[in-house]
This record gives sequence, structure tokens and C-alpha cells, in this order.
Amino acid sequence: MIPAIVVFLYLATVLYIGIFAFRRARGKEEAEDYFLASRSLGPFVFLFSLFGTNMTAFAILGSSGHAFSNGIVTFGLMASSSGLVIPLSIFFIGTRVWALGKKYGFMTPVQMFRDRWECGHIGTVIFAVQAVLLVPYIIIGIMGGGTTLNAISGGAVPYWFGGAIVAMVVMSYVFFGGMRGTAWVNTFQTVLFLLFGAIALIVIGVGMGGFTNAVQAIASSPALAPLLTRERISPYYFFSYTFIPLSAIAFPHILIFCLTARKMSQFKKTVIFYPLCILAIWLPCVFLGVMANRATDVPQIRAKQEARRVLATQGRTMEPEARDDLREKAAGDDVILLLLQRYAPLWLAGLLGAGIMAAVMASDSQILALSTMFTEDVFAYYGHKARFGAGVQVLTGRVFIVIITLFAYVVALRAPETIFELAIQYAFSGFAALSPLLVAALFWKGSTKWGALACTVWTASAVAAVAIFQQTVPAPAPGPSIVMWSLGGTEVLSRTPGGTAVFGFMPVVPMVIVSALLMIVVSKVTPKPKATTLSRYF
Amino acid sequence: MKKILLALAVVALYILHQDIWFWRTAYPLVFGFIPIGLFYQACFSVAASLLMWLLVKFAWPAHLEREIEERSSGEDAA
Repeated sequence: MIPAIVVFLYLATVLYIGIFAFRRARGKEEAEDYFLASRSLGPFVFLFSLFGTNMTAFAILGSSGHAFSNGIVTFGLMASSSGLVIPLSIFFIGTRVWALGKKYGFMTPVQMFRDRWECGHIGTVIFAVQAVLLVPYIIIGIMGGGTTLNAISGGAVPYWFGGAIVAMVVMSYVFFGGMRGTAWVNTFQTVLFLLFGAIALIVIGVGMGGFTNAVQAIASSPALAPLLTRERISPYYFFSYTFIPLSAIAFPHILIFCLTARKMSQFKKTVIFYPLCILAIWLPCVFLGVMANRATDVPQIRAKQEARRVLATQGRTMEPEARDDLREKAAGDDVILLLLQRYAPLWLAGLLGAGIMAAVMASDSQILALSTMFTEDVFAYYGHKARFGAGVQVLTGRVFIVIITLFAYVVALRAPETIFELAIQYAFSGFAALSPLLVAALFWKGSTKWGALACTVWTASAVAAVAIFQQTVPAPAPGPSIVMWSLGGTEVLSRTPGGTAVFGFMPVVPMVIVSALLMIVVSKVTPKPKATTLSRYF
Repeated sequence: MKKILLALAVVALYILHQDIWFWRTAYPLVFGFIPIGLFYQACFSVAASLLMWLLVKFAWPAHLEREIEERSSGEDAA
């Protein structure tokens, strides 16, 4: 119970930060202050909150779980490629969006697209696609909170109650603190996780009797040795994954965060330190995920390894449902929590659990971004701000936060988690496929609203098609994939154990390429915006 | 010229991420416990940070910054 008490103290601190931010903002009823902290974040808060916004439960718990099953490849696949692509996109796109926001007062990406391409309802279509892709994140954040509190308290806090507590805390500090509260909480959470990630590595390493012995033991086991190499993942898949971080800058909550910097120079430290922050957080998570395979004295970890073994040896002859059941049993998303319970003293397990809660609760900025988008792109755009005033606009944003959190909580209680994990996979690919919108808007005079619409409709259709395909064709057992369509001996479309492959690549590759091509081809044959509009951008 | 070199550095680093040469081996183990493939990708992250430093130093879009500063000083004067 001690770890759970430490976590509750942490939640109380986070709540206090949000309310403190509310008191700082008292008297300011402008939307820009509530949704963007008056574009006034300093360099330290800007770096850590932007980084923290990207570090979700999926990133932290998912990375160690992925490493537990697939080995060290997880770091190159998800972390180091992000360490290159995300800062590059912030450098080239984030700085420009910040400057345009300062110049013309934009608060959301859709406001910029509407102005840049002289469009109205096409902007609403982009808003709708962004919102649909973002909602699963909020749901999975609440699910992660419930699961983590349940695990840390040893089952004393039931899942429904844990989820409710996390939902209430996040909703409260976003409701009261707006962007200022969210940014401060994110900064606190990132610092916490950076500190405790290193401590966890040392404590677990000592507990396991040193990593040298553990690594030697893994290397000498024929079943585990591949985890120290990358042979479980194909080079095509590895290459495909470098397209996924393109999604970061296209996520509305990241782009909106770019608008909160006080000065453009604050981007300098952010882009330089971003890869190092990724290294500091992901390296311990991935390494511990692999090392968890040596913690065979933990019964739950032994059960996961057994499920993995059965899946590999008998999976091909099983019914799809039985295979999915085994896959769930073999999943390693909770291995870090299990290692902490086994090797860390109780009070430290509580502190480290609080660090993990920090990552799990990253859905705050997505909730705020959705509220900002709704109030600016729908409420204000369709004339309600002019009619009711800025005060009502902020109030609408707050009410929206309550509604979306309650909705997410109710769905989190009723739906199986795996559905939303899949939805998040699609969301990454979807936002990556939307990234040509930003590149075209900022760097290509010839782009048009019809090109933007084609790109958006394609993204929505492709995400839906992949989702339907994966729901219709069950995943095969580990090993060769199911070829659904081949042309002249070349595999065009396959169902793989982990998802879908198109010409051997992840779907994100053709999605981004086709999206960019549609933007180019459709823009070439449709009328451009007026010269006066273009002169505002180029 | 500077910008071309920086663009080449970005492309080179992207290619270097696809390190197929350490695909099937864990050895040598750096410091006795870090598989070489993981160590390489950790070094890659440091290299990415250095590249970003070079971009900030030599390709910073200062014109955007100036434009905003001039605009806000104009607004302050008005």
C-alpha cells in the first residue's frame, strides 16, 4: 500500500500545480491566455513540456513491453529515429508555425490552413479527421492510469476507481490551469521521469546482480539471444518506422504547443536537447525491457515467457481467438512495474511508480488541444465567439474538457484495451500521412485547398481501410505472414503477426507517399489562392 | 554551400540510422553489457543532437525572428 500512498501524494501535487496556475491566470479571460498561456512559456518549461507531451503511456510502458518481446531493436525503431525526425520537424515546421501564430494570431493548425488556402468547410473536415485520430489517445491514457494504479497498489485500488482518479486529476488541472497548468505539470512530470528512470536502472541492475551477468546469460540462451540483436525485425520494417515520427509535428497538441513559446530562440535548446532527452528516457526503458527476460523468479514474467513459447511453437495450429489470448498473456507492457515490485524497496517503488504515472497521464495536452480546436475551429469559426464573447468561449472550452474526459472514462470502462492500442497504431500512421499538409502550406506556393482536401480524405480512407483489413483478417502466429495479394511473385499486401505489410513495408510508407503525391497532383490542376494571401506567407 | 553541406549531413545521418551491419550480432558488448547494436543507436542519438546544434548555428531562420521583433517593436511604439 505504501507505493500507492506515494502515488496519491504525487497526484495531489500535480493537482496543486494546476490550481496554482489557475490562480496566476485569475482575471485573464482571454482565450489566448487559457489555451496558449499567452504565448509566454520560457525555455526550460517549453523544452520539458513539449518533450513530456510526446512521452505517453504508450511510449514508456509500450517501449519496455516491445523490448521485452522484440529486444534491443525497439530503441532504433522508436527512439533514435524520433530523435532525428522530431527535432528536424520542429526546426523546419514548428518555428515557422510559431512565427505565423505570432503574426496572425493563429491558435490551431486548422486556423492556419483556412487562412493559407482560403477555405472554410475543408478546414472543418481536417478538424474532424484530426479529432477522430486523437480521441483514442485520451481513452488509452485513462486506461493506463487505471491499470497502473491497480498494479502499484497490488490490486487494492480497483481498475475503475484508478481510472476515475486519474481522469478527475487530469480533468481538474486542465480545466483550471489551461495551457499554463498543463505545461507546468508536464515539466514536473518530465523531470520526475528523467530522474527516476536513471534510479530505476541502477536499483534493478543491482537487484539482478549486475547487468553483465544478466546479458551474458541472455546471450548464452538460444531462445533469448536474438533479443540482443535485431534479427526479429526485418530491415524493411525498420526503415518503414522512420516515417512514424513524421506524425509528431502533425499531432495538433504538439503543433499547438509550438505556439506557446515566448521567443523563437526557445526552439534552439528544444531541438538540440530533444534527442538527448529521448536517449535518457528510452534507453533505460528498452534495456530494462530486455533484461526483464532474466527475471524468471517473477512468476508473472515466467508466465509471459511461457505464453510466448507456446505461441511460437503451437500458434499456427490454434484458433485466432486462442492466439490473441496468448498474445495478450505474452505482452510485456507491465514488465517495468513488475521489476520495480521485485527489486526496489517499497518507498522507492512508490516514487518510481509516480514517475510512471507521470508518463501515463500525458493525455492532458491532447484533452486541452481538442478543447482548443473545438472552441477555435468550430465554436469561434461559426460565429459564436462574436455573438457571446471571449469569456463564453473559454467557458465552452472548459465544459468541453469535462465532457470529453467523462466520455473517455465511460468508454475506457466498457471497451477492451487492445482495440484502442490498435487505434493508436492507426493514429500514428494517420498523422504521419497528414504531415504533407504542413509542408505544403509552409513551403509550397502552388498548394491548394483541393490538394489539402485530397490529402485529408485519403488519410481518413487509408486509416479506415487498414483498420478494417486488420479486423477482418486475424493476425497469424509468429513466423511467415499471410499473403493476401501478390503480383508477379511480389507480395503486395500481407497480414503480418504485428499488423499489415504493403510491398514488405508498414502501411505508413505508402500512406505518406500517396498523400504527398495527391497534394502535388491535385494542387497542380486546381486554382491557387489569391496573390495577396500568398504574399502573407512567402 | 553551408546549407548544401548541412542538407547532406541530414541525409547522411538518416542513412546511417539503417545500420544493417550490426543486424545479427550482439558483440562486442560495450562496457561488458551493452550490445553493439544498442550502443550504436545510442551514439546515433548523440550525433542527432550535434546535427541539430549545427543546424541551429548555421541555418537558423533568423529572418522570421527579426520580422516578429520588428513587428512587436513597431506595435510598442504605436
